[in-house]
Amino acid sequence: MLKIKNLHASIEGTPILKGINLEVKPGEVHAIMGPNGSGKSTLASVLAGREEYEVTEGEVSFKGKDLLELSPEDRAREGVFLAFQYPVEIPGVSSTNFLRTAVNQVREYRGLEALDAVKFLSIMKEKMKLVEIDQKLLSRSLNEGFSGGEKKRNEIFQMAMLEPTLSILDETDSGLDIDALRIVSNGVNQLKSSENATIVVTHYQRLLDYIVPDFVHVLYNGKIVKSGTKELALELEEKGYDWIKEEADAASV
Amino acid sequence: MSKDNQILEELTSKDYEHGWSVDMEVDEAPTGLNENIIRWISAKKEEPQWLLDWRLKAFKTWLDMKEPEWANVTYPKIDLQGLKYYSAPKKSNKPKSLDEIDPELLQIYERLGISLNEQKKLQGIAVDAVLDSVSVGTTFKETLSKMGIVFCSFSEAVKEHPELVKKYLGSVVPMTDNYYAALNSAVFSDGSFCYIPAGVRCPMELSTYFRINAANTGQFERTLIVAEEGSYVSYLEGCTAPQRDENQLHAAVVEIYAAKNSEVKYSTVQNWFPGDKNGKGGIYNFVTKRGICAGDFSKISWTQVETGSAVTWKYPSCILKGDNSIGEFYSVAVTNNYQQADTGTKMIHIGKNTKSRIVSKGISAGKSQNSYRGQVQVMKRATNARNFSQCDSLLMGDRCGAHTFPYIDIQNSSAKVEHEATTSKIGEDQLFYCNQRGIATEDAVALIVNGYAKEVLNQLPMEFAVEAQKLLALTLEGSVG
Ligand SMILES: Nc1ncnc2c1ncn2[C@@H]1O[C@H](COP(=O)(O)OP(=O)(O)O)[C@@H](O)[C@H]1O
Ligand SMILES: [Mg+2]
Repeated sequence: MLKIKNLHASIEGTPILKGINLEVKPGEVHAIMGPNGSGKSTLASVLAGREEYEVTEGEVSFKGKDLLELSPEDRAREGVFLAFQYPVEIPGVSSTNFLRTAVNQVREYRGLEALDAVKFLSIMKEKMKLVEIDQKLLSRSLNEGFSGGEKKRNEIFQMAMLEPTLSILDETDSGLDIDALRIVSNGVNQLKSSENATIVVTHYQRLLDYIVPDFVHVLYNGKIVKSGTKELALELEEKGYDWIKEEADAASV
Repeated sequence: MSKDNQILEELTSKDYEHGWSVDMEVDEAPTGLNENIIRWISAKKEEPQWLLDWRLKAFKTWLDMKEPEWANVTYPKIDLQGLKYYSAPKKSNKPKSLDEIDPELLQIYERLGISLNEQKKLQGIAVDAVLDSVSVGTTFKETLSKMGIVFCSFSEAVKEHPELVKKYLGSVVPMTDNYYAALNSAVFSDGSFCYIPAGVRCPMELSTYFRINAANTGQFERTLIVAEEGSYVSYLEGCTAPQRDENQLHAAVVEIYAAKNSEVKYSTVQNWFPGDKNGKGGIYNFVTKRGICAGDFSKISWTQVETGSAVTWKYPSCILKGDNSIGEFYSVAVTNNYQQADTGTKMIHIGKNTKSRIVSKGISAGKSQNSYRGQVQVMKRATNARNFSQCDSLLMGDRCGAHTFPYIDIQNSSAKVEHEATTSKIGEDQLFYCNQRGIATEDAVALIVNGYAKEVLNQLPMEFAVEAQKLLALTLEGSVG
């Protein structure tokens, strides 16, 4: 579904990603871990098409298409979803109104007819249960004055509404208490199918107890320096990142 | 230059939708401005002597006045002698009823989406249509007159209700008020008049639709709204003009009189031709709007959505004379390309326990300049006066400007005046967030801007709010991405 080959990207002339290789197949869950500043959010942003980042080398194909050729909105319409590490506030625009605009533009792209208000609302009601989100929250201005947990829940709610094929969750667990973590993970797990895939970006192995990955990758200094299974996450939890950094630094000399 | 700016550079403004004009036979005054022209206009309109005298007095006053220069706008001097001060479609000659209005005129309004045909009536809205200098027709007159409501063109009011016109004309905006108001008083050609008798709640929105068609003609209309004790009316004004290379002058006066316990809601969606994207042409919109809450517990509320004009100079104001009276001003002003707007309000608290509320939302894009100018004045007698002002500016790109000029003058220590101001930039973050959810940039801008202006748009009557939302989106089309 997603094939990343030798991806290099920089921001304002500074190289951040230095040759990423990754393949994600339908039905898989990949976890990307790594110390602060290693490039995890950058990778997520580049895949979503943020214009500040310049791709200097490499290829990304998504469902056979050249992802890097597509505009950010077309990537979303093709099924790429990014749950933001820091969801953005839009004053005066309710989550409901925002999502209806989004869902209908995505539907239009996919050749489906627009949902009327009634239909939209009934779908919304159903998906709201997934992340135990309150309708009152959804009629408020998008993310404005939301608590950290509410913002993250709202991200997953949007994911549920947009039914993406590839979801990238950027530190969706950060700032969540244990209950919220359970709710959010539950939502993600219920949305999982054999047709879609998830990339979970996280710092902590804690999340991976809830969302169980098929593969774990460690990103360090713009490269994936180690890949493994769930056990790798446990090892990292126990030993920290230093041994990986040392290994990687030694290899690059 | 950052990417952000590069994107904003690529301005591809959408053409003005109402830029067409119609060739037709007109009855017009000779070019220029002098006493004879004023006599000519007055004679054309078969006015009584007192009104001619009033005009001439205004003209004399005006001759001694200077064009104001304090506003934060720059434009080449207007050659007032190069304008015509009266232009009327020949065919509009006094239709007795709407059926007699020339189909060609009706078509002009149909094309603007306004039907003067009562069969195809706009739901619950009575319309007075003003083309260039004259009113071409008013709908629902009979329905309204059964309730004692007068809603007609200004000229007609002069003929049918001279005592009312005489009593209120110039009572809120005196002819000496300012340069443009004096000019308007001398040469005004037509406009709307409405009178709501005591205790009557006007059952429909009253609306005037101004259209400039003729070239080189100034439009100087006057609107007078009188709400008697305990009455209510909601009044709407809309306007468009053809796209022309030269600048055109629009200098209107609006006066509102609110008696005890009455309420007047006045809404404008101003969409005059703003000039092309290089700043050529466009309307100079120099307007004086003022209301007086003359009676206790009266209320006047101004809502404006300003999207058009090359230069806007406009400060709808409230004189809160009656005790416990309330003045409100809700404004969205959008400027794009080379537009300049200097707009705001004045709230003058005279009576006790008077309250005012100001919500101003400026949006600037392109190379435009957008200024808010607001004055809150609390007089000695105005015990317990309250004012709340919220002035927000939204910038799109970094070649435009937003400016806020609040003036506060308090002569009573019990007054409470609050002023809040914010300036924000439409964020790359917000746009990217929308894009990432599948929303195209143009639609994202519309969404964000409408959200920002929501508090003001909510004040508009439903049909107008929808129009206004579309207009905001249209005005800003091409300003990002
Ligand atoms: N606008 C920017 N200009 C320069 N460097 C940046 C910019 N944004 C991020 N970086 C740098 O890129 C690196 C990777 O950041 P990020 O992808 O956010 O890391 P992570 O998500 O793994 O913590 C960091 O060293 C960060 O300082
Ligand atoms: Mg990060």
